[in-house]
Amino acid sequence: MNSSDTGFFGRLTWDAFPIAGLIQNPSANEIIANAAAAIVIIGVVAVVGLLTWFRLWGPLWRDWLTSADHKKIGIMYIVFAIVMLARGVLEGVVMRAQQAAGPGDGFLAPEHFAELFSTHGTIMIFFVAVPFVFGLANFLVPLMIGARDVAFPVMNQIGLGLTVSAGMMLMVSLVVGEFSTGGWTAYPPYTGAAFNPGVGPDYWIWAIVVSGVGTTLTGINFAVTIYKLRAPGMKFMRLPMYCWTIICSSILIVFAMPPLGVAALLLAADRYLDFHFFTNDLGGNMMNYANLFWLFGHPEVYLLVLPAYGIYSEVFATFSAKRLYGYNSLVIATMSIAIMSFTVWLHHFFTMGQSALINAVFGIATMLIAIPTGVKVYDWMATLYRGRIRFSVPMLYSLSFLMLFVIGGLSGVVLANPTVDYQVHNTLFLVAHFHNVLLPGVLFGLLAAYNYWFPKAFGFRLNEFWGRVSVFCWTVGFLLTFMPLYFVGLMGMPRRSFSWEDPSFHPYMITAVIGALVITCGLFSILIQLWVSIRDRDKSCAPIGDPWDGRTLEWSIPSPPPPYNFAIIPIVTDRDDFAATKERGAAYPTPEVYEDIEMPRNTGIGFAFCVLSGVWMFALVWWIWWLAALMTIAMILAFIIWSFDTSTEIIIPAEEVRKEHEAWLELAHSTKAVDRDHESTPENLGLARPDMEAVT
Amino acid sequence: MKRAPRHSYPGINLGEDHASAHKATEVVTFGFWVFLMSDLVYFGLMFAIYITMIDAQAGGPGPHELFDLKSIFAQTLILLTSSLTVGLAMLALKYNLPRARVVFWFGVTLALGLSFLALEIRDFMNMAEQGGVPQRSGFLSAFYGLVPLHGLHVASGCLWLIVLGIQLKVFGLTDLLMSRMVRLALFWHFLDLIWIGIITIVYFGGLAYG
Repeated sequence: MNSSDTGFFGRLTWDAFPIAGLIQNPSANEIIANAAAAIVIIGVVAVVGLLTWFRLWGPLWRDWLTSADHKKIGIMYIVFAIVMLARGVLEGVVMRAQQAAGPGDGFLAPEHFAELFSTHGTIMIFFVAVPFVFGLANFLVPLMIGARDVAFPVMNQIGLGLTVSAGMMLMVSLVVGEFSTGGWTAYPPYTGAAFNPGVGPDYWIWAIVVSGVGTTLTGINFAVTIYKLRAPGMKFMRLPMYCWTIICSSILIVFAMPPLGVAALLLAADRYLDFHFFTNDLGGNMMNYANLFWLFGHPEVYLLVLPAYGIYSEVFATFSAKRLYGYNSLVIATMSIAIMSFTVWLHHFFTMGQSALINAVFGIATMLIAIPTGVKVYDWMATLYRGRIRFSVPMLYSLSFLMLFVIGGLSGVVLANPTVDYQVHNTLFLVAHFHNVLLPGVLFGLLAAYNYWFPKAFGFRLNEFWGRVSVFCWTVGFLLTFMPLYFVGLMGMPRRSFSWEDPSFHPYMITAVIGALVITCGLFSILIQLWVSIRDRDKSCAPIGDPWDGRTLEWSIPSPPPPYNFAIIPIVTDRDDFAATKERGAAYPTPEVYEDIEMPRNTGIGFAFCVLSGVWMFALVWWIWWLAALMTIAMILAFIIWSFDTSTEIIIPAEEVRKEHEAWLELAHSTKAVDRDHESTPENLGLARPDMEAVT
Repeated sequence: MKRAPRHSYPGINLGEDHASAHKATEVVTFGFWVFLMSDLVYFGLMFAIYITMIDAQAGGPGPHELFDLKSIFAQTLILLTSSLTVGLAMLALKYNLPRARVVFWFGVTLALGLSFLALEIRDFMNMAEQGGVPQRSGFLSAFYGLVPLHGLHVASGCLWLIVLGIQLKVFGLTDLLMSRMVRLALFWHFLDLIWIGIITIVYFGGLAYG
């Protein structure tokens, strides 16, 4: 079909729906595809039904979708990430099952398997890790630096809208048409129009472009927020470690998202307009794509893992009741990693024809990153040393990280050697390696953060028992799933194979699928934990806001925090300012004067961009040109109309702030503080009694 | 030497005469600089792509057949002059000169921006007549990936100027509008900077190495 002579619905026809495939050719493969589509449709219908039944459309619109409050935007990011995580994990299980069903072809069609690994990678990186990391940053950064909001609240909302609409495209691709089969990296020429004329790569391209814009906006926002909005006295070297990692991540985003945007847009130019950037003919050069993609791709893994390092730093310090060891060295190490992450991208394609010298340079640069990372690991261990350690859920995740991540790091150093890489390139060894750094590295950090800061967001603690079950399942499941892949990788099994013949792989494949099921239990125990915690919230509420004897500013305010965060902007005099204040006995002071507070007003622009960009992407994927043009104009107009709206602030009167704040102070002063032995009992209302001299 | 004001940002500052607007502008202008850095990376990569593809002409027309230096010279003069006029508009704003002066210089900037675009589009049409279309070769793809991207930025700048003109009419010279003018001026200078890169790398570089 030619792109210029298409009808009203572009190339969208009845055949694009998976049910058509099921009718023509009933098979296990088609049943699975239809079941996935059905889950999406049932999920949407169920959500719409429940919202209508409980009459929640109004509150949803007023309190969430139009809110410019950074805390709510952060929570929406995380909800979205968890929904996508569920899909990503289930896809992983199906893939493990497919390989365990060998030797031979298993039960999936090869294209279907390829779609699975493509969506799994795309979802886990762009729609789980990124939104989870920046959802947390949204929630935490202003609270930690003593600010009332981020620098650009509306831009923040637009960033969320774009990320969600891009993620929705992956959901839509389950129901209408198919997704790319080109892996999360989508290398041309395979994903070019000559080899892949279908809609799959187009879904990938537009989801990546739009979510990339959203992420860039978020990165700019957080760089500016931390540079410009710190509370008085919050010097750079007093910032919580987590904020340092967010600055570094934001800088990485500002510089690393453009290469991804360029790569995806040039691929789009090749596919839509018959350009020749990456084609095989007329002077195209796919190596440009490989370089562009990994110029983004390598900093990307650090922009995900650095915030996780920040989370671990906070968790280790709090649950050891100690100041973080080696703060300065951690700051330097974080910055070094951020800078070095731009100098190693070529190690993703050692085998693609560079000279030995260039490979050696990039191999050495890669190994050098192990040095600052090693510094961090030792700093964390030294933080634990002689601390009063509490084995709470966040701490368990962090300890699990500390042990497992080192293995992943070491296998990374092995891979950094180009001669070794030639042997294991494109095998499951590599898959084991990056899952080893991304699961214990990033995901465990995010789950630790979820358990650690949940009481801050909602005012009650999460259930400890189910939290422990989830730590156990994720850790054991991870080991069972990915350790065997190291071995089969070394034995030569290529990654992304839907079929294999060598019987010696079989035991490893069986072990891996068992591990995948244990991980699924981990996922479900997180959902059960949430359910149980909401049910029993009266027994675990912590409204005063400091259930863990925290050290940084976010613990010095009520849980959940009021919209304006701080009734009075704190004056910071120390690193770990709240811990120092508690030590001096000066916590929960009564302010003398209150001021009117200006906060951003609700706006629908973020939601408008979410819908408009979603329809725009769909129109482009299906060549519905009139609709794409209409949506382009609509987005420009929406932006212009929004720029005419000049009343973007509301005032919260000082009297209202005083009333709320004094009620909370009254509660804090009349509550009995609990020591750390009673941290997980109902007595813990969020007022901590430090039971150990702070070790400095 | 005068001490720098407490709120400051790189570029022309609105200064103490517009204290409230100046203060409100600091954070958002810093953010805009960060955005420009990110945008600069886009252009930097497109330059890199162009350089690697200079030889990828695949037997199609190359720089010597397609580039019209007279027109490029005219476009350069127009764009550099527009950078001057947008600077004059900012000075008029900063030193409280009559409003008409501000509007006049912004108007001249808009006119120059539009004439630049007209000349650029004429160039593209001439190139297309000689078979210089992006579908012809990797080299031409790289050219059309970079130069029109700059043109698109100029077009957005023009649209921004028009919207700003309307808003000036509707709201008068508010703090918010002054702050937006500061950013528009930065954006316009940025376009100029990119154009300098384009004439040296795309046109001169293309003619020298293509």
